[in-house]
Amino acid sequence: MFRSMGFAMAFAAAAAPAYAQTTDEYQQLQQRVERLEAQTKARGQSAFNPDISLILQGTAATIKQDPETYQITGFAPSGGEIGPPRRGFSLSESEFVLSGNIDPYFAGKLVAALTPEDEIEVEEAFFTTLALGRGLTLKGGRFLSGIGYQNEIHQHAWDFQDTALAYKAFLGGRLNDDGVQLRWVAPTDFLLELGTEVGRGRTFPATDPNKNGAGAWSLFGRVGGDFAGSAWRAGLSYLRVSPREREFADEDSLAGETTQSFTGRSQLWIADFVAKWANFKLQAEYFRRRESGDLAYDDSDGSAVFGPLSDRYKSTQSGWYAQAVYRFLPQWRAGYRYDRLDHGSVANGIVDNGLGPTAADFPLLMTDHNPTRNTVMVDWSPTEFSRLRLQFASDKSRSNVTDNQLVLQYILSLGAHGAHTF
Amino acid sequence: MRILFSLWLMAAAPGALAALNIFACEPEWGSLAKELGAGKVTVYTAATALQDVHRIEARPSLIARARSADLMVCTGAELEVGWLPLVQSQSGNAAIRSGQPGYFEAADVVELIEKPARLDRSLGDIHAAGNPHIHLHPRNIAEVAAALGSRMAQLDPKEARHYRESTKDFLDRWRQATMRWEKEGAPLKGVAVVVHHRDLAYLVAWLGMREVGALEPKPGLPPSSAHLAELVGRLKQTPAKLVVRSAYNDPKPSAWLAERAGIPAVMLPYTVGGNDKAKDLFGLYDDTLARLLAVPR
Repeated sequence: MFRSMGFAMAFAAAAAPAYAQTTDEYQQLQQRVERLEAQTKARGQSAFNPDISLILQGTAATIKQDPETYQITGFAPSGGEIGPPRRGFSLSESEFVLSGNIDPYFAGKLVAALTPEDEIEVEEAFFTTLALGRGLTLKGGRFLSGIGYQNEIHQHAWDFQDTALAYKAFLGGRLNDDGVQLRWVAPTDFLLELGTEVGRGRTFPATDPNKNGAGAWSLFGRVGGDFAGSAWRAGLSYLRVSPREREFADEDSLAGETTQSFTGRSQLWIADFVAKWANFKLQAEYFRRRESGDLAYDDSDGSAVFGPLSDRYKSTQSGWYAQAVYRFLPQWRAGYRYDRLDHGSVANGIVDNGLGPTAADFPLLMTDHNPTRNTVMVDWSPTEFSRLRLQFASDKSRSNVTDNQLVLQYILSLGAHGAHTF
Repeated sequence: MRILFSLWLMAAAPGALAALNIFACEPEWGSLAKELGAGKVTVYTAATALQDVHRIEARPSLIARARSADLMVCTGAELEVGWLPLVQSQSGNAAIRSGQPGYFEAADVVELIEKPARLDRSLGDIHAAGNPHIHLHPRNIAEVAAALGSRMAQLDPKEARHYRESTKDFLDRWRQATMRWEKEGAPLKGVAVVVHHRDLAYLVAWLGMREVGALEPKPGLPPSSAHLAELVGRLKQTPAKLVVRSAYNDPKPSAWLAERAGIPAVMLPYTVGGNDKAKDLFGLYDDTLARLLAVPR
């Protein structure tokens, strides 16, 4: 209080000369401005230190089916951390974020996750250019890919505790490759943005190839703008990788262990749409994947009936989700999400030639199951820096089994102010 | 490709006519830029008066508009910390990055009040540099106008004379209006007031009013019933003449308090566009004063 009173008195003293004179006011102000500008030189950029923030997260969960046995039946396992959280109390990843400008030409950012298993994972570590101009930005290092809508959003900023089934099945949760990205924003009044990425193909659907050159590349385009009190964005993305011996384990019809591996080409298209009104957010994405190549099958370590086999394999599978989140009180939001995957068409030469294993020997790939999931959540965010969430999901990822998942989650961030990403 | 090219032409056309393409973060700076540019600039304003400036997101249209801006005029002092850095980096426009001449921060050229002695988030949404809601003090507007006018002249040297003249013209009109407002507002001196958020602190200081409480328990936290009840009790000891809120605030808490404490609740436009009368900065001040003076003292 004494500050504002002090200010008021200071102003009362300053106001008389500032407004009484009629001639040199402009020059006086100019001098004052220069003086103040000189005073403020030292501010900004946290006096050369990077911005630091830490995100603390944890869950308490009641999961009907054992999370260890989680699978999305009818879809090749993506190998990502896609299951529901552990039963009971558990810590989630703690994220440590450092970012800042490097020099006039580059900015850098590191996002490290301290996992509850006491490991450190580099989620993102990249540079972006500052001075290319003309709407161009180059990014390099490890980063969350710009494909789709939710892929680029950090887990702690999601509207639900976990990601959509389509992300789990087709991208192992999300795509964060090592590579470079170039984006261009068109000089238009509405948003028109094009981007491309070239990467190593470090994670699913690629297989981290040991080769020179690129193992994955993608293209994405977005349009967006304001319409009748809402803001919207729509995008189309394409990802192409060439997995080599992408291997996973399964069980044949005699419950013997088998290994299967896919070698060929995998192409993924994503169409995304997001719209926001004052207190309402609508978000939907559609995924379509085509894989063609060879599938190898080996039951030597299990039933040992057929030994190693290989034949042509071709699949077209798709999935989508739609979700809506409504802020019904300043600190409270509620949301609903519907997920669906479509098993689509899977042509497996080993089965089709009729000489060896049957579809029953490929329960993961060949079960004609269309997984669905219904999720509701309520969250309470006392400030921008804290959030508590209760979420319930009825998950039919597995064939003939319904998994009921109840999760209580906290997300707390301290340090630098987070970004209000659209 | 042809579509792309024609889009490009469409977008480039309006930019080619005006000398300076200005992206204003808040309506008050959009209005000021129009006054100083006087026909030689195009102005896009990111926020409306009915939006809470703390909650704005880096929505697609902002990235698109920032892409082709020559000058970004914002408050600074961390008011736009949640969205502006994202808009600056995603737009791929090197001219409007912090530290470049194409980025103008109003808070840099005025003295901020309420600089926190302690920086601790347990105290609520506080800004390290001080209270960033600077535009409701006429001297701040004059200082920002002088600095912004010379920045515009620097960025567009061909029209420098025009900007200097319109700045001088604006400052003349502003000084006369300020003298009128100070005379009209004299009866408000010492009047006890309850505010919603600390966004009216400069206005309260300028008019010499006395702030005796805030509806928000801590800056940025929505009013809670416990805090409001406590405030009613406190007003019995130190009565207030009125409770004020800004146009973008929820009207319910101030209405609730007004009824319990038996004092009028007054909505202030807060910035340009906050109501029909606040069409420009002059209208904003005229209407703000008229609304405060309408309260029986």
